[in-house]
Amino acid sequence: MRKIVAKQEHCIGCGICEVHCITQHSKSKDIIKAYNRERPRPISRVRLELNKPVSFAIQCRHCNDAPCASACLTGAMHKDEKTGLVTHNPEKCMGCWTCVMVCPYGAIKIDKEGHVVTKCDQCADLDTPACVANCPNGALECVEVES
Amino acid sequence: MSKYVIVGACAAGIGAVEAIREIDADGEITVVSEEQCSHYSRPMISDFVSGKANLEKMKTRDDQFWQKNNVTLVCKKAVGLNLSEHAVTLEDGTNVSYEKLLLATGGKPFVPKMEGQEKEGVYTFTNISDAEQLAQKINAGANRAVVIGAGLIGISVTDALTKRGVKVTMVELQDKILSLLLDATASEIVEAAVRKAGVNIITGQSVQKILGKPDNENQVGSVVLTKGGQVPCDMVIVAIGVIPRTELVAGTEVKTNRGIVVDGSMQTSVPNVYASGDVAEAYDFILNQNRQLPLWPLAVLEGRVAGYNMAGKKADYAGGTNMSSLKYFGIPIVSIGLANPKPDAALEILVNQDAENTVYKKLVLKDNVLVGMTFLGAIERAGILFYLMKNKINVQAFKDALLKDDFGLAALPESVRTQMNLE
Ligand SMILES: Cc1cc2nc3c(=O)[nH]c(=O)nc-3n(C[C@H](O)[C@H](O)[C@H](O)COP(=O)(O)OP(=O)(O)OC[C@H]3O[C@@H](n4cnc5c(N)ncnc54)[C@H](O)[C@@H]3O)c2cc1C
Ligand code: SF4
Ligand code: SF4
Repeated sequence: MRKIVAKQEHCIGCGICEVHCITQHSKSKDIIKAYNRERPRPISRVRLELNKPVSFAIQCRHCNDAPCASACLTGAMHKDEKTGLVTHNPEKCMGCWTCVMVCPYGAIKIDKEGHVVTKCDQCADLDTPACVANCPNGALECVEVES
Repeated sequence: MSKYVIVGACAAGIGAVEAIREIDADGEITVVSEEQCSHYSRPMISDFVSGKANLEKMKTRDDQFWQKNNVTLVCKKAVGLNLSEHAVTLEDGTNVSYEKLLLATGGKPFVPKMEGQEKEGVYTFTNISDAEQLAQKINAGANRAVVIGAGLIGISVTDALTKRGVKVTMVELQDKILSLLLDATASEIVEAAVRKAGVNIITGQSVQKILGKPDNENQVGSVVLTKGGQVPCDMVIVAIGVIPRTELVAGTEVKTNRGIVVDGSMQTSVPNVYASGDVAEAYDFILNQNRQLPLWPLAVLEGRVAGYNMAGKKADYAGGTNMSSLKYFGIPIVSIGLANPKPDAALEILVNQDAENTVYKKLVLKDNVLVGMTFLGAIERAGILFYLMKNKINVQAFKDALLKDDFGLAALPESVRTQMNLE
C-alpha cells in the first residue's frame, strides 16, 4: 500500500501542496478557476502545519486500524478492500462528525456546504498524488508499506 | 451447533462478525436478529424522518454482507438462554446451540410510567420502525410535538421534526439541554440556536400525564407538565434514556448490574458468553470503572474485541468514555470525557470563547493530562486532543498552545510527534 510521508527537514512552509490539492479536487482542475470561480471553493485535504521553525504537510495517514472507519456511524468511511486505502463515500455520509472526533491527526475536513466530511484520497486517478508531485522541495514522498 | 452465535446484528454484532472473519475464515457463524434489516445506521433515523435519508442510504454494510462473510442470518427474536445446554431459544421454539455466544442486544428506550402513555401518538425513537411511524404521523398532518428529554436522542428527533415544519416543545428535567455532554455556557449557546429554529424549550420540568384530544380521547391532544402547565400537541416522543436489553440473561448466572458485566476481553461472568455494545458495561478509561455507555463507535470496538477473543485471538478493550459529536441545529459539537465536571480543586480548566461566531473550546486537565473537553463551532482539530487524552500524554510543556486557533500537530513536542508516527 502507498503512503505519503512528510519530510519535515525539507518543508519550507510554502503551502503549495494545499494549492495543488484544491486544484486537483476542483471541477475545472485549473488553478485560477478553482481559486477564483468555483464556489464553494474545493477544500484542501492536505494541511500545512506551521509552528516556526517547524513545518510539514499532513494528510490522512490511511491508518491500519483506521479509528475513523470503525467509528463511522454510517459506513461512509471504510477501508477499501482492494486498495487498503481508507475511503470516504459522501453519498452515505450524514455529517455527524464522529470521524473528525477520533482522527488523531485532525486529517478530516468538514465540508460545511455539503454537510459531509472530506479527506485525502491519495488522488486515486493519478500516478502520483498532486501534493507529492508538486512540492517544489521534495518534502512529500510516496513510499510503499505493507497494508 | 454453530461455532459462534451472535444475538443482535447492529453495531456490536457487525463488529464481531468482521473481527471473527479476520481470524477464522470458516467457523460457522449464526446471527440472530429480530429486526429484518438490522444493518442500518440507528443514528440516521433522524435523517429518515426529516426526509434526508432512505433505508438504502442508511445501510452501513451492503445487503450481501452476511452472505459474503458466510453468516447464517436468522431473523427471529431470541427468547431464552440455556447456559448448561449452550443454546439460545428462538421465538418459534427452535434452539440454536453455540460454542461461543455474543450478546449484542443493545438497549431499549426507558419510558417512565405516565398517565395516558397508551394513547395513539406516543412514540419512542430508537429504530427504523419508530422513525417510519413518526414520519407517517407527520405525513398525516400532525404538526405539534412534545419531546420529553433533551439529550442526544431528544435533540436528534427535535432537529428532524423541526426540519419537517413540526412545532416542537422540548421538556427537560435538568436545568439545561444536553446536560450529560455540555456545561452551562455551551448548553446556552446551543439552546439559543435551537430556540432560533422555533423550538420551545422547557427545563426543570417533566411531563406528568398525557391527555387526549377533545373529540378523540385515544389520540394525543396535550401534555400536562409537572408544575401544572399544559402544552397542546399531536405527538409525544419519549427520549429520556436507554436501558440495556438484559432480558435474555435475567435469572441466569450471567452477572448484571445495570448492563451485563464484562471483563477486558468482553467476556461475561460465564465462560464463552460475551457481551458488547449498549447491553454491556464496558471500561471507561477516564472514570476508571466499567459503566454503560450507549455509543455507536464503542459498540463497534467492543464487538470487535469480543469477536477476536471468541475466535481465539487475545484482545483487550482499551476502553472508551462518554464521547459524542453532534451536528444538530447547525452547530458542530464534540464533547468527550469529563466535559462538565463538578467543581474540584484537582482539576484545571482552560477555556477559549469567541461568543460572536459561537466558537467555544474547553479543556479539563488533571495533573496536566486531559480528562475532558468540549469543542463547539470549530471542531476540526478536536481529534488531536482526543489522542492526547486517550494516550494520557502530559501536556504541561505545550498547554498554552492547546486552545489557540492555529493549534495543530506542529504545536506538539517532537517526542509526541514521533510517538504518533508522523513520518
Ligand atoms: C436516534 C439515535 C441517535 C443516536 N445518535 C448517536 C450518535 O450520534 N453517536 C453515537 O455514538 N451513538 C448514537 N446513538 C446510539 C447508537 O445507535 C447505539 O449506541 C448503537 O446502535 C449500539 O449498538 P448495539 O449493537 O450495541 O445495539 P443496537 O444498535 O441496539 O442493536 C441491537 C440489535 O439487537 C436486536 N435484538 C435485541 N434483542 C434481541 C433478541 N432477544 N433477539 C433478537 N434480536 C434482538 C435489536 O432489535 C437490534 O437490532 C444513537 C441512537 C439513536 C436511537
Ligand atoms: S482519517 Fe485520520 S483516523 Fe482515518 S485513516 Fe486517515 S489519519 Fe487515520
Ligand atoms: S461524518 Fe460521515 S464519514 Fe464521518 S463518521 Fe459521520 S457519517 Fe461517517
